[in-house]
Amino acid sequence: MRYLFRTQYRQDISLWRHNGDRFWYGLLAVMTLIAPLLLGEFYIGELGAVFIFAIAGVGLMLLVGYTGLISLGHAAFLGIGAYVNAVLLSHNIPFLVTLPVAGLFTALCGAAIGRPTLRMSGLYLAIATLAFGSIVGTVFQKWTAVTGGFDGFAVPTPTIFGIAVEGATGIYYVSLVVLVFVLFVSANLLRSPAGRAMVAIRDSEVSAQSMGIHLARYKTLAFAISAGMTGLAGALFAHYVRYLAPDAFDVLLSVQFVTIVFVGGLGSLRGAILGAMFVRLLPQFIAVVRDDLPFGIGRLPGLEPSLFGLVLVLVILFQPGGLNGMWLKSKVWFQAFPFKRQTGFRRQKSYAKSERLR
Amino acid sequence: MILFQTDDISVRFGGIRAVDAVSFDVRKGEVFSIIGPNGAGKTTIFNLISRIYTPTSGRLVLEDKDFTRTPSWQIAGLGIARTFQNIELFPNATLLQNLLIGRHCHSRVGFLSQLAFLPSVRKTELAHREKVEDIIAFLGLQRYRETLIANLPYGVRKVVELGRALCIEPKLLLLDEPSSGLNVEETEGMGFWIEDIKKDLGITVIMVEHDMSLVNQVSDRVMALNYGKVIAMGTPKEVQSHPEVVKAYLGGEVAA
Repeated sequence: MRYLFRTQYRQDISLWRHNGDRFWYGLLAVMTLIAPLLLGEFYIGELGAVFIFAIAGVGLMLLVGYTGLISLGHAAFLGIGAYVNAVLLSHNIPFLVTLPVAGLFTALCGAAIGRPTLRMSGLYLAIATLAFGSIVGTVFQKWTAVTGGFDGFAVPTPTIFGIAVEGATGIYYVSLVVLVFVLFVSANLLRSPAGRAMVAIRDSEVSAQSMGIHLARYKTLAFAISAGMTGLAGALFAHYVRYLAPDAFDVLLSVQFVTIVFVGGLGSLRGAILGAMFVRLLPQFIAVVRDDLPFGIGRLPGLEPSLFGLVLVLVILFQPGGLNGMWLKSKVWFQAFPFKRQTGFRRQKSYAKSERLR
Repeated sequence: MILFQTDDISVRFGGIRAVDAVSFDVRKGEVFSIIGPNGAGKTTIFNLISRIYTPTSGRLVLEDKDFTRTPSWQIAGLGIARTFQNIELFPNATLLQNLLIGRHCHSRVGFLSQLAFLPSVRKTELAHREKVEDIIAFLGLQRYRETLIANLPYGVRKVVELGRALCIEPKLLLLDEPSSGLNVEETEGMGFWIEDIKKDLGITVIMVEHDMSLVNQVSDRVMALNYGKVIAMGTPKEVQSHPEVVKAYLGGEVAA
């Protein structure tokens, strides 16, 4: 068991808690950097997709897990990022420009959506964002002059400093860099006043306001950042799928993003990454075991969406902390081994909320 | 010297006058208590001062500055902090994070520098932390510093909410029933803290309270309300023996 002795306040706001963190995250960095040398093309492609989903997952985590606003329209933001990036690239604008522009433009769209939907929460917000998602989807289909409609178009190969970013390995490294950037920005945000304000809004709007937090400003901000990160993911997603068509950005994709956040564990950046791994790897796992399942279950239509739904329900019922909660619990278990205490793993019931000002 | 005053303030919800032409002023450094039966409009006055409600008529003045139309989120910046009757902490954050949110109105760093966590942000964060640690030491909350609010007992949460309000470094502190839900000992402790806040920190306090022993212990002046109207004002003793107040609590014919 490690006991942290803190002698300075700055230890509490540093990114790494102790040298153990530095070692393990360093090892993880080395592993991800050399992974393309060890794994085959297919696995690197899948890992790249996990990174892309993790970027979007971190974005949605800031909105859902930290600010407490739900969105069922994040596939639309992914689509906006993808189309902006691809369309600009096909006008021969360099990738190092199109990628940030895709992120910034999507962030603006997020702010534009965030602003009018501020007064809504819960179900109403979910429905409003759902509607936004389907409107954007229709725009992708009908605005044929730009998006090519249902026919879609091939995404040009990006180049960075004259080197073509090609194949699974290229996308893998670019996604890795963007993911690290997004994680760095999120971690910074969460240890700054703005991040605390977001958490405050999630937990109690009335008292956030009486602490001097401008609700409208911070909700819009959360929407913008979340959308911007998802837009970055979208730009990379365009290169992952190589051929853009509007049907890629439907409601099911939005639901997958929400699954990332809930299965990963609300209120944890690590959870967003674990959730992305789950959401990307479950279909692959199904594909592997499909033929070995008894009674022809593997050939039933809709096996994948129903498994997603089942897992989502089971996680919400039995593991509200999600994969991150499981990770933390198993860590405590191993650290305390063999002195496991059952009470430490029991779910805590928080006090019932009495009537609130609304 | 007068720190805060309300000038004929009223608010109406439909046909109900929840607060009806209430005027009072609070001197710098005093503890001013508002008492009254349930539904007398005490908490409504707090919600008017913290601008959650907008008064139908009247004025709110802090240090000669009229803030009747100031938006709610700027109230903390003016130096008015409040606690809530039913505790409105951030339950899924640690005590430390809760108190740091109290410092929000004092943070002036730009958003982009927060995203990059520039040295300037680090510096102000450390300054906030030091201030928060002062409050933690003042209220003796050290051992709960890293505990989630959801896991704290009710009595401690009450103190944490007081601490969060103090982190604003207010000129005026509004305490909405600081003793509600506390046992006798905890109420006594709360009384000592209110006295310390007045004497050591020099903060002016307006308090809504039902527990008369606490009111007697800490108040300099008391105002009694009934049906949104002021029925008595003065020292705790004067107000408690005032015939209107006795009638409001015990019933009986109100003399016209």
